[in-house]
Amino acid sequence: MDGGNPKNDSTNAIKRREFLIRCAKAGLSVCAAGALSYWFYDPHGPQRGSPKQTAGVRLADFSIPGQKPGMGIARGMDRAQTVRQAMQAVGGIETFVKTGDRVLLKVNAAFASPPALSATTHPQLVAEVTRLCLEAGAVEVIVTDNPINDPASCFALTGIARAAESAGGRVMLPAEPFFRPITLPGARLIRNWPLLFEPFKSVNKLIGLAPVKDHHRSGASMTMKNWYGLLGGRRNIFHQDINTIIMELALMVKPTLVILDGTTSMVTNGPTGGSLSDLKETRTMIVSTDQVAADAYGASLIGKTAGDLPYIGMAAASGAGTADYALLKPVFL
Amino acid sequence: MRTRTARRISQIFFLALFLWFCVTTTLGQAWWQLRGWPVNWLLELDPLVGLATLLTTGTLFAGLLWSLATLVLTVLLGRFFCGWLCPFGSLHQFVGWLGRRRKPAPEKARLNQPSRWQVVKYWILIFLLAVASADLLNRVFAPPRNLPYFLWAVVAGLAVAAFMMSRKASRPAQRMLAVILLTGCVWTVAGVLTGDRQSLSASLLIGLLDPLPLMHRSVNLVLMPMMDEAPIGLAGGARFYAGAWLIGAVFLTAIFLNLRTPRFYCRFVCPLGALFGLLGRHAVWRIGKRDPECTDCHICERNCEGACAPAGVIRTHECVLCLNCLAECRHDLVGYRTTVSATGELALPDVTRRQFVLSALSGLAAAPLLRLDGQLAGNWNPRLVRPPGALAEAEFVGRCIKCGQCMRICPTNVIQPAGWEFGLEGLWTPVLNFRIGTSGCQYKCIACSNICPTAAIRPITLDERLGRNRFAGAGPLRIGSAFVDRGRCLPWAMDTPCIVCQENCPVSPKAITTRTVFSPVATAGELLVADADAQTIRFRSAELPHGRFATGDYYCRIPEDNASGPRRIVKNTDRELTLSAEQPLTRPPAPGARADILIRLQQPYVRPEYCIGCGVCEHECPVRGKRAIRVTAENETRNPDHAMTLK
Repeated sequence: MDGGNPKNDSTNAIKRREFLIRCAKAGLSVCAAGALSYWFYDPHGPQRGSPKQTAGVRLADFSIPGQKPGMGIARGMDRAQTVRQAMQAVGGIETFVKTGDRVLLKVNAAFASPPALSATTHPQLVAEVTRLCLEAGAVEVIVTDNPINDPASCFALTGIARAAESAGGRVMLPAEPFFRPITLPGARLIRNWPLLFEPFKSVNKLIGLAPVKDHHRSGASMTMKNWYGLLGGRRNIFHQDINTIIMELALMVKPTLVILDGTTSMVTNGPTGGSLSDLKETRTMIVSTDQVAADAYGASLIGKTAGDLPYIGMAAASGAGTADYALLKPVFL
Repeated sequence: MRTRTARRISQIFFLALFLWFCVTTTLGQAWWQLRGWPVNWLLELDPLVGLATLLTTGTLFAGLLWSLATLVLTVLLGRFFCGWLCPFGSLHQFVGWLGRRRKPAPEKARLNQPSRWQVVKYWILIFLLAVASADLLNRVFAPPRNLPYFLWAVVAGLAVAAFMMSRKASRPAQRMLAVILLTGCVWTVAGVLTGDRQSLSASLLIGLLDPLPLMHRSVNLVLMPMMDEAPIGLAGGARFYAGAWLIGAVFLTAIFLNLRTPRFYCRFVCPLGALFGLLGRHAVWRIGKRDPECTDCHICERNCEGACAPAGVIRTHECVLCLNCLAECRHDLVGYRTTVSATGELALPDVTRRQFVLSALSGLAAAPLLRLDGQLAGNWNPRLVRPPGALAEAEFVGRCIKCGQCMRICPTNVIQPAGWEFGLEGLWTPVLNFRIGTSGCQYKCIACSNICPTAAIRPITLDERLGRNRFAGAGPLRIGSAFVDRGRCLPWAMDTPCIVCQENCPVSPKAITTRTVFSPVATAGELLVADADAQTIRFRSAELPHGRFATGDYYCRIPEDNASGPRRIVKNTDRELTLSAEQPLTRPPAPGARADILIRLQQPYVRPEYCIGCGVCEHECPVRGKRAIRVTAENETRNPDHAMTLK
């Protein structure tokens, strides 16, 4: 009741000073709440998002300027020997790797599968190429891939990790922050797509090392298809247009060299294989500056022609290389 | 060195050891990864795991023999495990200390007074052991079915004997015998009446509450994965565990309850502690007062971890041998000796007969009750895909302690704790979820089967898994079978090439094969030939999307000309198609002929005789939500009645 008991008033009544302080505090609280509300006030609500634009990266051209295209083909079962011979045929590793170079080896480590099954780049080849690069004066050799199966298991079970490290190379396993978006000018598929870019940051040479494998969707998986392992994200939707993506990969990646290992080729049940009966001894090692030519020749190892593989024609037509490997005057050993 | 210091060192050592083993439970070859570290050792020391699996299986699997050591030491020393070794207990002790450290001494002593609810953990223990014991009772009392009359006679005789003995019983031993005989009679009759082992079945539920599996599970599936995302990640990347929130909530609740009552879990819940309490009944040494007379300061109870009232009538079965009383008594009255406490002791918990019977009966009833949902019969859940090497489901649930070791070691993170949909028996047992992880169940991996501490996933070799060499005749172990969902699969439902599943199928020959079909592509109006040669066809009026058919997947066919099949298109403009030079048209179509543009599709089929259910296909399927190829437990090797096709 207003007025109330005078006795109560005198005992419970607050002093004017206290009342003013209380009012000031209340006023401040009201002002703060008002100010914060105004600060965060959003009259429009969320709008339809636009695709996040992050600064894209570009891949350097790793080919040797002015180098005459060449291809060396060595025969035999000893990869260490055949890769050295084939390399010699295209001018020797010194032509491609100079003192102080940093080399990236893009292997195929897609599956957690032992080397005997040839579903992945053979560790002996990885070790030998690592050694070759180091002998030529390279200061660093990085070995990488973004496999399909669990990355750590893949590099361990394929023997690639151990081979690379014992030869003096460094394995770089893919990790989320290593991917950066890339857009290939004029491309239809490689647009703002995550690329395993971290290993490229420090290197100035790139060598692709791929086995020859049957591949049900595209016909065959060789050096061009091997670049698929540089893509991240949900890359397997590109299977819906496999030939175009392989062609675009060949345009995106301009390697110093590609090495196509047809010592034992997977002729059936690819690209995973899984049984020795899927393999065939084809005793061939190909070193080439032209990935399209290497694949065109490689197709013959598993009973196909370049014409059977649409992506070879498409890549050649788009200028990634030549499908007519004879033009490179390959040296057979 | 003071004994209390020794106890603290021991606790820190074993907690650190536990955490170290959790760290090393990572597949790899580095020194800190799994390479001979005895990561199951603490689980194996747990006699509740040993005893309960002994009840359910009739065997003591490999490393579980270690629990004998704990058992023997407990019989001699009392509950040393709780106070000196148990990592969960050490954690509770630490948090309990944090919670009460600022409180005055009388308040501390009050928190550590015995509560009559401490008996609950014995109920839990009796319940859990009863759940596990039905099979053993079956085995002991199982009636030989072919001797029914003889059997009834024996039962009747036993019943009469039991009745007589119980009437005249004066000595406890005699009474005990009578109870056993009577139980046997009831059991036999029940067995005959139900005639079905299924209704008197055992199950293993100890894993839900046993502190060592609980702690392993919580660290493996909650704490470590939260750190795996950090740069120091041990498992090599982020890990996911379905339903981990519940495991974490149970763990945190157990930990935070220490702020209310120190060692809440140990005192009121822990079935392992209860087992130790019973085992330590005849302990040679025990805590007790030298002299009944003391100043009644209750300082000895200030930090009494077990709440066993060392100042008064000590509850020996509650004493966790923390030795705080011994260290803190200012008159040195408390000792750890062979004599009984001068103020008396209670060696056994006060579990009344009624409580015992209730707990045991509800335990015996629990397993049949849990199985009424038919998950172990016709209502088996096809989503319950277990790791390779897992036993048949009925045996599996009799062994799995839900410790999560398999889920932690799995290199691909595909093994997940099962949720409620698999029943209480299935809760937190391993189930494969192919949408989680870095790939499906890795083809050349047997890590989970070789880490399982109880052989719920029995140890297998790669040869056995893959059906090689000695196992060539038996074939590979199948954990399920893949099914193509033709309503979702791109080549089947959307006329879009794909076959990612086929590419990734790891077996040889591939369990996913394809059939090639050519499906017409809709064009704006009919394509009528204007003129053509062997490699080019020009149309009268058409507006083909430029270059769209040049991807290598499109073909052209002239329906009039049945002889020449589809020809691959290598180039197209809006009016003109160029065909592959490899297969030119044998007879170029006449002007006015109709042409079709076709897309070449490879449609995937699963061949169940080759499919092992590894789920790599499901993991890789580009239809990311509900996958267009999915693995269910059909055709799994471990449950022959889940077979799907004729051999």
